[in-house]
Amino acid sequence: MGKDIREDIAWAQINKDVLKSLESPRRMYWVILFIAIAMIGVAVGSEVYQYQTGMGVSNKNNSHVWGLYIATFIFWIGMSHSGTLLSAILHLMHADWRKPIYRFAEAMTTFSLMTAGLFVLVHLGRLWMVYYVMPYPNERWVWPNFQSPLVWDMFAIATYLSSSVLFLYVGMIPDLAICRDNIHAGWRKKLYTVMSLGWEGTDRQWRNFRITYLTIACFLIPLAVSVHSIVASDFAMSNMPGWHVTSFPPYFVAGALYSGCAAIITLFIILRYVFKFEEYMTLPIMKKLVRLTFAIAMVWTYLNLIEFASVWYGHDQTAKDQLIFKATGPYAPFFWAMIFFGSILPLMLAFKRFQTHLPILFIVSILLNVGMWLERWMIIAPSFAHGHYPWTWDHDQWPSLVQWGIVFGSFGWFTLLFMVFCKVFPSVSMYEVKEMVYHRSLALKHKPAVKGDY
Amino acid sequence: MSKRHLLALFNDFDEAVAAIAELRGSNIKGFDIDDMILKSPIEHPEVEEVLGDKPVNVQWFTLVGACMGGLLAFFLVASAQANFFSQIKGGKPIVPLPPDFVLTYEMFILGGVFITILGFLICAGLPAKRSPLYSAKVSEDQIGILVKGDESALVAFKTIFVKHKALEIQEEARK
Repeated sequence: MGKDIREDIAWAQINKDVLKSLESPRRMYWVILFIAIAMIGVAVGSEVYQYQTGMGVSNKNNSHVWGLYIATFIFWIGMSHSGTLLSAILHLMHADWRKPIYRFAEAMTTFSLMTAGLFVLVHLGRLWMVYYVMPYPNERWVWPNFQSPLVWDMFAIATYLSSSVLFLYVGMIPDLAICRDNIHAGWRKKLYTVMSLGWEGTDRQWRNFRITYLTIACFLIPLAVSVHSIVASDFAMSNMPGWHVTSFPPYFVAGALYSGCAAIITLFIILRYVFKFEEYMTLPIMKKLVRLTFAIAMVWTYLNLIEFASVWYGHDQTAKDQLIFKATGPYAPFFWAMIFFGSILPLMLAFKRFQTHLPILFIVSILLNVGMWLERWMIIAPSFAHGHYPWTWDHDQWPSLVQWGIVFGSFGWFTLLFMVFCKVFPSVSMYEVKEMVYHRSLALKHKPAVKGDY
Repeated sequence: MSKRHLLALFNDFDEAVAAIAELRGSNIKGFDIDDMILKSPIEHPEVEEVLGDKPVNVQWFTLVGACMGGLLAFFLVASAQANFFSQIKGGKPIVPLPPDFVLTYEMFILGGVFITILGFLICAGLPAKRSPLYSAKVSEDQIGILVKGDESALVAFKTIFVKHKALEIQEEARK
C-alpha cells in the first residue's frame, strides 16, 4: 500500500492548496450547489402546499402518520456519528491517517444533526407548536414526562449538536488563524480575525489546546453512543411489535457508524474532485476508510442477524409475525433491498481492486446509504402497517408526494450547508496535515537505511 | 529600565530548540526565561523539555463543569417530578432514579464540554490582542521565539539567534 501522504510536501504548499479551495473550486461545485438549492425548493414547495391545503396531503390521517419523517430523522442522526468516529475515536487511537479527512467528517456531523433537527419540526406538522418539545412546565405546573425517551431525545440531540459545533470550532481555531494571516481584505478577513480569537500558536496556546481537544473527544464518544441509544429507546421502550427489541441500541449505533462511514466515502470523492485535494485525500487513506466501513458493515450484519434470531426464538408471536410480514408482505422488496445493500453489497469492499476504484466506490457508498435509509424505514413503517390489532392494519399505505418532497429536500439542505461550509472554512485541517507530514518525515529520518542496522 | 521585545524566526525546529536551550543557560541580565514565548505552526510537545514543565489547568474546569451540569440536571428534573400535587404518580416513585440518570448523564457531558471550552479560553489567554511582534510566517512553516528583555540584553539575544541560523530577527520599535 502506498503512503497516506507525501512526507516532502512543503508546509507552505499545504497552506496554499487548502486556501485555494476557499477561492476557486471546480465548476462542479456550483452545479452541486444549484442542485441542492433546487432540492430545497421542492421541500419548501411541499411544505407551503401542505399548509395551504391541510395536513391531509401529508398522509397524517392514517396509522402511518409521521413514519417517513422519523425514519429520515433517524437516518440523519445516524449519519452524524462518523464525524465523531473519525475525529474523536481515531484521535484517541492515534490513527493519524484521519487528519486530512476528519474536518469535513466533523462538519458532516454538525450539518446532519441540523438536518435531523428539522425533522423534529417537520413531523409535528404544525411548526408553530415546536415549543412543546422544550422542557418547561405548562400553566398548571405540569412538566413534560422526564421518563419519556422523547424528552431524553431533546436533551441528547441538543447536547450532541452543541458539543459537536464547539468541537468543530475549537479544532479549527489554528486554521482560522492561518486564513486570517493569508487573506488580506474583505468580509473573510473580518470573519477569520474574529473567529481565530487572536491565536498565534504560542506554546501556552498549544498546550491548553491539546488537553482541551482531547477532553472534548473523550466526552464526545460516550455522548455519540448515548444519543443513538436514546433514539433507539424511542422505539425499544414501546411495545409495538418489531420495536420492542433489547438489542436496538447497539444495533442503532452500528447502523449509524455504517451510514456515516459510507457518507464520508461519498463526500471524500466529491471534495477530492471539486477542491482538487488529490494530494491530501489520497487513495491509501481511502483504502483504510473502505476497510473500516467494511468492518462496520459486518458488525451491522451480525447485529441484524441477532435481532432476527432473538425475535424468531423469542416466542413472541406478534413480533415473529411482524418479521414474517417484513420479509414476505408488501414491504418485502424494500426489506430484501435493505439486506442486499446493507449486507451483500459491502462484501465488494473486501476486494482490493474495489478499495481504491473511486467511480465504483462513489456508487457503492450511495447505495450503502440507500440501504441504511431503508433500514430505518423498515424499522418504522411495517410496525405501523401491521401492529397488535388487526383493525389498525393498513398494508397499502404509501407516503404522499408531499412527504417524499420534504424528505428529498432534506438532502438538498444538508448538501447546501455542507458545501457552503467547505467554501468558507478549510475542509482539510492544515495544521494537522503539517503534523502528519512532520512526524512521518521524522520517522523516516530515524529509520535505519538497511535492515539489520540495529 | 524599559523592556523590549525581539522575535526571531527559524526554519528548523531543532535550531529553535537549541536557541532556547542556550538562552536558558546564558544567564542574560534583564531577561527572565518565563517571559519567552515559542510560536509554531504545529504543536510540539517535545518543546516542554527545554521550556520546562508548565501546568495545564483545563481539566479542573472540566471536572467542575461536568459535576455542575450533572447536579443541575438532576435537581431540575427531580424538583419538577417532586411537584407531585400536579402530577399524580399512582404509587410509582416520585423521583425515579434510572430514567433521571439519562438526563443527568447528558447534562454532565454538556456542562463538561461548555466549561472545558471556557477553561481553554481562560488558560490559553484567548481572545487575545496581537502580541507586539508577530509574523504570518509562524502560521505557515517557521518557528518563532519571542523574548522580552532589557535594552542591554538585546545584543546578547541577537548573537544567540544569529548563531542558531535565525532567518529573520524583528525588533520592537523604541517607545
